[in-house]
Amino acid sequence: MAQRITLLLLSLIYSSLAWGQLEIQVTRGIDNPTSIAIAPFAWDGLGTSPVDFAQIVDSDLARSGQFSPVSRRDMLSLPTSKADIFYRDWRAIATRYLVIGRVSKGTQLRVDFALHDVERGIELFSGQVVGSESEARMVAHGVADAIYEKLTGIPGAFATRLIYVSVTRNPEGKDFYRLTVADADGRRPIVLLEGRDPILAPSWSPDGKEVAYVSFESSRPAIYRQVLATGEREQLTNFQGLNNSPVWSPDGRFMALVLSKDGSPDIYLLDLETKALTRLTRHYAIDTEPTWMPDGKSLLFTSDRGGRPQIYRYELATGKIERVTFEGRYNARARVAEDGRNVALVHQRDGRFHIAVFDLVTERLTVLTETSLDESPSIAPNGSLVIYATKRGERSVLGAVAVDGGVKFSLPARSGSVQEPAWSPMLPQQ
Amino acid sequence: MTTKNTLGKAAAVVLMAALVSACSSNAAKEEAAAQAVAERAAAEQAAAAEAAAAEQRAIEKEKAMMMAEKREEKRRLMDAASAAGSVFYFDYDSSSLSDDASAAIDAHVALMMADSGNVRLEGHTDERGTREYNLALGERRANAVRDYMVASGVPAYRIETISYGEENPVAYGSGESSWMKNRRVEIK
Repeated sequence: MAQRITLLLLSLIYSSLAWGQLEIQVTRGIDNPTSIAIAPFAWDGLGTSPVDFAQIVDSDLARSGQFSPVSRRDMLSLPTSKADIFYRDWRAIATRYLVIGRVSKGTQLRVDFALHDVERGIELFSGQVVGSESEARMVAHGVADAIYEKLTGIPGAFATRLIYVSVTRNPEGKDFYRLTVADADGRRPIVLLEGRDPILAPSWSPDGKEVAYVSFESSRPAIYRQVLATGEREQLTNFQGLNNSPVWSPDGRFMALVLSKDGSPDIYLLDLETKALTRLTRHYAIDTEPTWMPDGKSLLFTSDRGGRPQIYRYELATGKIERVTFEGRYNARARVAEDGRNVALVHQRDGRFHIAVFDLVTERLTVLTETSLDESPSIAPNGSLVIYATKRGERSVLGAVAVDGGVKFSLPARSGSVQEPAWSPMLPQQ
Repeated sequence: MTTKNTLGKAAAVVLMAALVSACSSNAAKEEAAAQAVAERAAAEQAAAAEAAAAEQRAIEKEKAMMMAEKREEKRRLMDAASAAGSVFYFDYDSSSLSDDASAAIDAHVALMMADSGNVRLEGHTDERGTREYNLALGERRANAVRDYMVASGVPAYRIETISYGEENPVAYGSGESSWMKNRRVEIK
């Protein structure tokens, strides 16, 4: 049954076309964002710098909503080493922190950078990020991650990626679907799969090297896994009925998924090595949208066994099932943060569908969005933001909101609809 | 002696002739009779064949009439099914068949009972709620139509169901006027 197909080149083509390309617009930041200046980085190498490293760090920190970067036009000096820094230049423009950096190119790119506390006039921290020149943008995101962590205590998640489905509407016939992977800032989109048949439910492998998804290309839904670097892919299931919601276990050995081959939709466990299939739930109601707890010991899923869709928990060791959400008539499509505590989900209130966060410890549910057709929440691997899809007119666009509700931004595509975002895990440095 | 002999010979010849003559007259009679029998049989056969042919003609005529009637009936069923429409609509978050939908499906069931074709039932939902739950809801709708057809006598193996969830809307707007068109099962 496992059918291996290599998608030639498709995954290797970096596309600069307008479709699917996301633009980031911060729509709401925190009340008093911290002022920070990223002075342009020095370039020790032949030719010109492959990217504007300081600008990328600047955009990342601005996008977090927690920082207000200083415009280059306002900078009184452009230091690239400790000796060049005159703190008074930065105090004069009310800058709280300053970042300087130097990029050198040997066999790899190396960025040496330092974070200075302008108020106290001291260097707080210095660091180094190394990576290949083709991954120059990721190297810059790595710098932003380190600075963000130093200043907030939370690891940054800028050097991560997103997968999403973009759809070009065709009222005359079938819509056109593209499964795309892009950097977390929406740049460098790469099309992984495209065609006139629906693509659904994309998810990441825990090592960030593969994705799984549902494609209707065989005129029926089937689950595939695909290696990002090579495009090599494998069909995992193609049963009669639903083949849906593939999600990797945290150890990467299993995939939880939904099949209706035995009657109604139930949660199954697929051993990716032996291909053995184990049925976990057994109920005439709809059981769907499984998601793993970070410890891999239990799964959350959506079920309407109580009459309306609610979140339930399945414990793998015992097979015990317990209901998790009780507030409201509709709670579905849960995703659990790395802390194992915050659960992002879709919550219906007054007929409108919002993104909410449910705290598994306090059992408090907090609605994060005001728009009315929000779906597909996915939590950043550092737990800070939830990315989701919402409707703007007849188009679906991506939005992001801080887990505490403080910061919001949207990631509209230049054209077409963008839906079902999935945030990658933390990625190893490339 | 000679005369006597001659006489005797002549008498024998006459006798023989008479005998022969008698014989020949008997054979002719028999031949005629046989011929008559054969003719009668042939006539009977012809009549029987004629009757059989007539019967055959009648059967064929009847068959042709029945075929025509069947064709007519099938055309009528097809017209009825097409008049009933190939899309059945549902209430929000519901997979219950409305009376209108049941009546429309009845027309398709009648057609399916009259021929041997297979159908594909495609379940769809509106855009509200999550995509993956909607995929399951679309399947539940397609299955509701399938179960109704099976209960009405259509063999299950002739029905294929598939759900597209909210992926294939026929109306793109966000409002009940669009949503009601998208909550549907299409028979194909």
